[in-house]
Amino acid sequence: MTSATAKSPTRAGGPSFFHTYRFQISIITLLVVLYAVFIIRAPGTYLSFNIYRSFMISIPFFGLMAMAATFIVTLGEIDLSFPSIAGFSGWVFAATYVNTSSFILALVLCLVVGAILGLINGLLVTKVGIPSIVATIGTMFLWSGLVNVVTEGRGIPIAQITAAPLHSLFVGELFGQIPAQFLWFLAGSTVMGLIYKRHRFGSHVLFIGDNADSARMMGIHVDRVKTLCFVTMGVSAALSVVFILNQLTFFWASTGSGYLLTTLAAVFIGGTSVFGGRGTMIGTFVGVLIIASLEPGIIAIGLTGFYTQFIYGLLITISVAVYALMLRRRD
Amino acid sequence: MDATAPLLQLKGIQKSFGHIRVLRDIDLEINYGEIVALIGDNGAGKSTLIKIITGVYAPSAGEIYFKGERITVRDARASRALGIECVYQERALAEQQELWRNVFAGHERTTFLGFLDLGAQRRETEQLMRTRMGLTSQAITVDSEVGGLSGGERQGVAIARALYFDADLIILDEPTMGLSITETERVLAFTRSIRDHGKSAIFIDHNIFHVYDVADRFIILDRGRIAERFEKSEVTREKLVETMVALHDAGTVSLI
Repeated sequence: MTSATAKSPTRAGGPSFFHTYRFQISIITLLVVLYAVFIIRAPGTYLSFNIYRSFMISIPFFGLMAMAATFIVTLGEIDLSFPSIAGFSGWVFAATYVNTSSFILALVLCLVVGAILGLINGLLVTKVGIPSIVATIGTMFLWSGLVNVVTEGRGIPIAQITAAPLHSLFVGELFGQIPAQFLWFLAGSTVMGLIYKRHRFGSHVLFIGDNADSARMMGIHVDRVKTLCFVTMGVSAALSVVFILNQLTFFWASTGSGYLLTTLAAVFIGGTSVFGGRGTMIGTFVGVLIIASLEPGIIAIGLTGFYTQFIYGLLITISVAVYALMLRRRD
Repeated sequence: MDATAPLLQLKGIQKSFGHIRVLRDIDLEINYGEIVALIGDNGAGKSTLIKIITGVYAPSAGEIYFKGERITVRDARASRALGIECVYQERALAEQQELWRNVFAGHERTTFLGFLDLGAQRRETEQLMRTRMGLTSQAITVDSEVGGLSGGERQGVAIARALYFDADLIILDEPTMGLSITETERVLAFTRSIRDHGKSAIFIDHNIFHVYDVADRFIILDRGRIAERFEKSEVTREKLVETMVALHDAGTVSLI
């Protein structure tokens, strides 16, 4: 990659580095400013490793879903059902593990169910032709409703899972310090980030989100690419719930709910356009870090928890306004 | 493949939508290395004919031969695979994407596991920009977003891309619509470059002057039929305009 960039043809007057990466630069600046505030106001908390360790535990619960959602938003689509997919595939994981004591079987079934539920979303959007916002409102209720039906609202304790050898592969700690799920998140994010801008698949996603008619004429399999993005979303939700369940060792009927808006907020704070065709994975990655840091940060600097939502709202509104203005100045 | 056969041949093409006959008995040939203008009023059947050639519609009757072989084209992707490419002004490019991403859309150069060969794509795009797209402005690089290009420049990119990926027949649907005079000149130059590469084009435009400048032959459609055919050598621009006006008046009279 380095040699390609070095030899790359550039001419005076082309898009500058600052212009090309203006979204990424904006959000990284926001992260730095936030952390400066946190560290200055609460040095005891923010200069100790403990808080970062707790971030590394909780970020993967929604971080991978945010990366996967970036593909869907870039298509110009939306998925509101992924928390319900996490919930239902989480039930599959817990129920399978409790009944068979097989971690592997529970894991495989959970991921397969996540893929199938994602596939159903994809087919509803591409083959039946339902707008994704409508289709996934339907499946959002469908799968979380199904969890209620099968569990009758009761949770499933899986405390014995901590004894399973694979348990530590998902939520163990490297060198006793780094939570394993964070390494999974880093690996998953790197792969998705590379696919987004440097792989044929990501190129097709960007092209479809920008101009689906043109993509079709260029021979890109529009429906197939869209469906695959929904499948990726489903698998990411299923993998995320494996982290959640192994960490909490309990399945609640409400598992997964509560991640919808924070996950999408991370995508939009990151600078991915809801109109499709434009986005950045680095943006989403930093957006995830910001969203995850806000609540503990707000409390650490001495504000009460009542401020959390207000400050979420403030940051989301300001950042999307800044992005909109950046795009308008281009025209 | 029959070397003596024309590039594209339509025999007895008919198209009806319900009771309405949109095209009747269309016979036409496009040879290698020629630009054929397809002209006619709105509703004459130009766009229906193009959609039949590019596989968007199936003809109600008639046969299509490409390079001497009979073909049935099911969709735009299939026609593109054969070497027929339609360049629409609005639909050709993705505006928010870089020039190199547009050039290689659907034809990506990859290294391993489908990862893009960014170096090759940017190098080849740079090459195309210099030699065929006429993009000389210092402000435009391979990394520029296509949305920053003018209408004429975009047509140039779309035509250069089609030629680069070996389209044999390029259909230009009203390529000069809404363009300034300089921009139009640019598009006409790109159109001539298709012939210079030994490829063929069907050029559809309302403006007889643009058409006359660039085409080798003229086919005038009128209410679903081919009304007239001219070689460039046997017709003047004035005669072409007169023919069009006469057909238009005849159409108007018959409507009354």
